[in-house]
Amino acid sequence: MSPGLRWRKFVSGFMLTMTGVCALVSVSVLFLILGYLVYHGGTSISWNFFTKLPAPVGESGGGMANAIVGSGKLLLLATLFGVPVGFLGAIYLAEFSGGTTAFVVRYAADLLNGVPSIVIGMFAYSLAVLPFKHFSTLAGGFALGLMMIPITLRSTEEFLRSVPNALREASMALGASKWKTIASVIVPAAYRGILTAILLAFARVAGETAPLLFTALGNSFWSPGWNQPTASLPVMIFTYAIAPYDDWHRQAWAAGLVLLGLILVINIVARAILSRGIAVPRA
Amino acid sequence: MHASVRPALPVNIPPLATSPAARETSAALSMRMTISKVNFFYGRKQTLFDVSMGIATNKVTSLIGPSGCGKSTLLRTLNRMYEIVRGARLEGEILLDGQNILTQDVTSYRRRVGMVFQRPNPFPKSIFDNVAYGLRINGSKAPISEAVEKSLRHAALWDEVKDQLHKSAYELSGGQQQRLCIARALAVEPEVLLLDEPCSALDPISTARIEELLVQLKDLCTIVTVTHNMQQAARISDFTAFLLTGQLIEFSPTPQLFTTPGDPRTEAYITGRFG
Repeated sequence: MSPGLRWRKFVSGFMLTMTGVCALVSVSVLFLILGYLVYHGGTSISWNFFTKLPAPVGESGGGMANAIVGSGKLLLLATLFGVPVGFLGAIYLAEFSGGTTAFVVRYAADLLNGVPSIVIGMFAYSLAVLPFKHFSTLAGGFALGLMMIPITLRSTEEFLRSVPNALREASMALGASKWKTIASVIVPAAYRGILTAILLAFARVAGETAPLLFTALGNSFWSPGWNQPTASLPVMIFTYAIAPYDDWHRQAWAAGLVLLGLILVINIVARAILSRGIAVPRA
Repeated sequence: MHASVRPALPVNIPPLATSPAARETSAALSMRMTISKVNFFYGRKQTLFDVSMGIATNKVTSLIGPSGCGKSTLLRTLNRMYEIVRGARLEGEILLDGQNILTQDVTSYRRRVGMVFQRPNPFPKSIFDNVAYGLRINGSKAPISEAVEKSLRHAALWDEVKDQLHKSAYELSGGQQQRLCIARALAVEPEVLLLDEPCSALDPISTARIEELLVQLKDLCTIVTVTHNMQQAARISDFTAFLLTGQLIEFSPTPQLFTTPGDPRTEAYITGRFG
């Protein structure tokens, strides 16, 4: 074997090992976090954690029922606001817009995606908190929804674009209007990808803390209706983690575990739904 | 170079359009579609030049020519599919049953002129839903399952799929998928069926089945097919049009075009000297 060949084989082997190691690292980060959460928070998870309000300092027990429900309400609002805007915007981008418009919108969406979440929080504060003179669930949902828009928009657009043009032509040639084609052929053909995109956006904002600090604020009690400040899991984790009490630290870990578990469950359910139906085969 | 071994082109044969046989045939035929002086542009690039021809009712008309000659473009003018391309523009007149197609509502017009594409392109739906699609979007009142069966029978696919109508269309073979696309187009009972190289992605056995099918289907509707397979045009079509660089070089009854072409360029093409 010539030295040149031996060197090339070495480089090839080395790079192959590195790619494998890096793949392993990416996977193990998730399992490390999960293991760490279970180790520290597992003991605090009990029926009470899901059903009781937070206990006062010094008193043991108590739960985060208000934060779990609060997070649910915030995410519901965010999804109701962010997903339709992102989805319909993506349809415009992928199916109707010309080159320049699409470029501008896409670029703006990418920038919006890169705006730090604390800035989104400040923006939502000045738009949805200041004029009403109080913090609210609605304002928190608005802030999270803003963050969902660019993620939903960009990935939905990619999935719509990946639907073969032949399907658009087939539908139009049968006398379907453009809207009919989009609604009954293009979107159904891309729905797996679109649902994945929405889930990604959902998972991404589920753990956001900064935008909620000045919008939903936080609450130690139940939040009545939609117009009052509400507790949420991420803000609760933040508050409990920086407090000087060991009991609170354990509860913060448990809240983290619940949050991650929630996202995992939603992901698995969605995958199960996705595996049904007819997919367009890859070319 | 091989140019030197080419025999001289025969240039003295009179154009067929003036031959008595051609006159006789065209007089006896009714024309489903008439194309007159069609010029076509993609942006500034002109791809069809002054094309005029008739599409005879219940006959198979083939458009042949080398790649880029404009045959697919010409086909796509007939159901106005060119309109989905930005910057495409058509000048001239195309009539279907004596009415200008360019002034009609495009969606209702396209229901009258079906199209089958080069590669089978079934929707990601069941076999049944694929065929039913056209009926459903048009709000057809007719019982859908009967219409689906009828179309699948016309496309010679019924016996193969009758027990698996609710399976994915992608589970069919390529040839079956193409016949499914034909059934899907037939379901809305078009007057004209356009086929853009329908066999180019298929094996010889599937190709033979489709060819046989097209010959049967001409009783049902008028058929226009694009092919760059000359033998196929010769086998299935009643009339053949030869296009070259966007111009209609020759348009005659198929046997005449292939045995006694009127233009030296046609002869050069059908004898395989270029293309």
